[in-house]
Amino acid sequence: MRSNDVIIQTATKAVVFIILLFAIYIFFAGHYSPGGGFVGGLLAAGALVLLMLAFDIETVNRIIPVDYVQIAAAGLLISLGTAAASILFGVPFFTHAHTYVYLPLLGKTSFHSATLFDLGVFLVVVGVTMIIIQTIGEDE
Amino acid sequence: MEIFMSVLIGFLFMAAVYLMLSKSLLRIIIGTAVLSHGAHLLILTMGGLGGRKPPVVAEGVTVADYADPLPQALILTAIVISFAVTSFFLVLAYRAYQELGTDNVNLMRGTEDYD
Amino acid sequence: MINLPLIPLLIPMLFAVILLFFPKRIILQRAVATGALALTVLASFWLIYEVYTGGILAVTLGSWPAPFGITLVSDLFSALLVSTSSIITLFVVLYSFESIRKEREKFYYYPGVLFLLTGVNGAFTTGDIFNLFVFVEVLLMASYLLIVLGGEKAQLRESIKYILVNVISSALFVSAVAYLYSVTGTLSMADLAVKIPQIEAVGILTVIAVLFLVVFGFKGAIFPLYFWLPGSYHAPPMPVLALFGALLTKVGVYAIIRTYTLFFTMNTGYTHELLSIVALLTIAAGCIGALAYFDVKKIIVYNIIIAVGVILFGAAQLTEAGIDGAIFYLIHDMMIKAALFFLVGIVAILFGTSDLRKMGGLMKTRPALGWFYLIAAFGLAGIPPLSGFPGKLLIVQGGFEDLKLWGSLFVLASSLLVLMSVIRIFLYAFWGDPVETVKIKEPVFRRMFYPAAGMVILTIVLGAGAEWFMPLISGAGEVLLNPSFYIDAVLKE
Repeated sequence: MRSNDVIIQTATKAVVFIILLFAIYIFFAGHYSPGGGFVGGLLAAGALVLLMLAFDIETVNRIIPVDYVQIAAAGLLISLGTAAASILFGVPFFTHAHTYVYLPLLGKTSFHSATLFDLGVFLVVVGVTMIIIQTIGEDE
Repeated sequence: MEIFMSVLIGFLFMAAVYLMLSKSLLRIIIGTAVLSHGAHLLILTMGGLGGRKPPVVAEGVTVADYADPLPQALILTAIVISFAVTSFFLVLAYRAYQELGTDNVNLMRGTEDYD
Repeated sequence: MINLPLIPLLIPMLFAVILLFFPKRIILQRAVATGALALTVLASFWLIYEVYTGGILAVTLGSWPAPFGITLVSDLFSALLVSTSSIITLFVVLYSFESIRKEREKFYYYPGVLFLLTGVNGAFTTGDIFNLFVFVEVLLMASYLLIVLGGEKAQLRESIKYILVNVISSALFVSAVAYLYSVTGTLSMADLAVKIPQIEAVGILTVIAVLFLVVFGFKGAIFPLYFWLPGSYHAPPMPVLALFGALLTKVGVYAIIRTYTLFFTMNTGYTHELLSIVALLTIAAGCIGALAYFDVKKIIVYNIIIAVGVILFGAAQLTEAGIDGAIFYLIHDMMIKAALFFLVGIVAILFGTSDLRKMGGLMKTRPALGWFYLIAAFGLAGIPPLSGFPGKLLIVQGGFEDLKLWGSLFVLASSLLVLMSVIRIFLYAFWGDPVETVKIKEPVFRRMFYPAAGMVILTIVLGAGAEWFMPLISGAGEVLLNPSFYIDAVLKE
């Protein structure tokens, strides 16, 4: 039975982008205030799940044809690489590096290798959450 | 406040044990989730409740008015782990339900392929 | 190189992640996994060399000062265990090629094995009690994957119980860590070893110590808490079983030995007495199980439980002989269990069943398999000059020195029962009237048999060359008996 989902589909089209934008905001905010890769990743995954609820899983997989295992693996590789880079510099594993740079418009901005690590976490969380949802959702 | 939290943790553990002793697989999984929540609250309580103080040492902040950040970090780690395990467990239970055709653990006691 | 203790756990992790990108290309998966494990073994040998010549290595992650950051510590004990587990995993992967089936290989089997090794090596190396929990969870997650992989009915059913038991013990672990933190205010093992003797409330610390014994006892399968092990270890295929039997319970045993020698030494009259009683009961329970079944897998699985008891009986004595014996026996047991599971796995594949009563006469068609099995069985029971002997000798000697006369006699008597249980497999499977065997191609048999034979030869080297390994073992024992070495290495700044 197919119900009428005009309202949720229309709303989703607008809301998904807001959620994704907020996810990115939360990800960057995580450096000095509550937020970070984990929460951001969950939000982004939430947006994708909303898409799957409003349309169906095949449509979403056609629009976003990515293998989430590879997303998660790429995230792990980024995080591990960031942490392991400290081995090349001869300092203990996980030692972070940071610096301040002056960017046009943004002014004084802090650059921190922890952000790169968090990007990995973001990707892992999106990947793993979507794998779980797809595994349960796909076989009706 | 610590006393109240202790009672709450005890209640969570009690509910978890009750749920885990039931026969339905789904209830057992919810039981394990409740059990790990109880354990997480226990860490927070055992580390000393900081009230509304922030876990950040800044200028002018003494040790007396800041919350211990370590239990919070431990909880975050433990929550992520229990999230992963619970979701794995749910997927497994779903697969088991499909393959074995039951979610009653009493009926899963089968011994047909070993003697 | 300051990060050396991390290398044996970073290599498998890195390659596991890389393997996630191309799950369907089996040949490449096998090659990368084997290469990664060979590198890990080399790195762990380098680690042993550095620790043996230069003393304990400690690195505190993120450049934090020592008691505040997570410290990874490699003393000889952990370096030896890291090497042993890396070698065993390498052999398990070689053995898997023919015995695990293609569909599992396509479904992240090799990444699972590598992640498991990451967790095991991490648990052996970490110097922080909460980090130990994290690494245990890493290896458990990998083991959940490996135990259900394939999705057979028995696997699904048993893995549910396995996961449930482990989730409960993890929650207990978190609670125990919480209590420990509230009493001591620290989680770094070296710092705990400094702080615990200063605390006057010995009673509550004893309770916490026993709680940790329960937690690690779940993982390590000690007497009342081993109930989940025989069922769960029956379900997965043989290479996975060999990996679990050789490594997983040993993590629990390692954790008990580490915590009970480094910092839970405030009330040895109670805690260590309890440990040795529990160890003896574990041996008894394991012996009963090993003699009761006609299933080759079950017999070896119950032998895991016996070995756990023997090791912990040695560790509970806190004497030089007892500790050295426990370390030697731990290393021996990891290798011999892997070898036995390999050999028994081939036997089960040849007969198409693991029921002893449906076997017979293999000595005529596969004499080499029979002889290697016999050597492994004698090694397990501790017949000199094989590898079980020096460890057991030291443990028994330690028991006599520590006035645990009856305990030592009990361990000696258990050796006979162990011998009987494994010789029963020999009698049923290799002697007697030949039974129809499954036809397998000769190269396939060889590819399974060579890793198994290699593992047996390694145990012979360990036993016959015990004299060469003794300096390493007693060096490891020395650190366990003198926590101040460990503390100084971690808190040196």
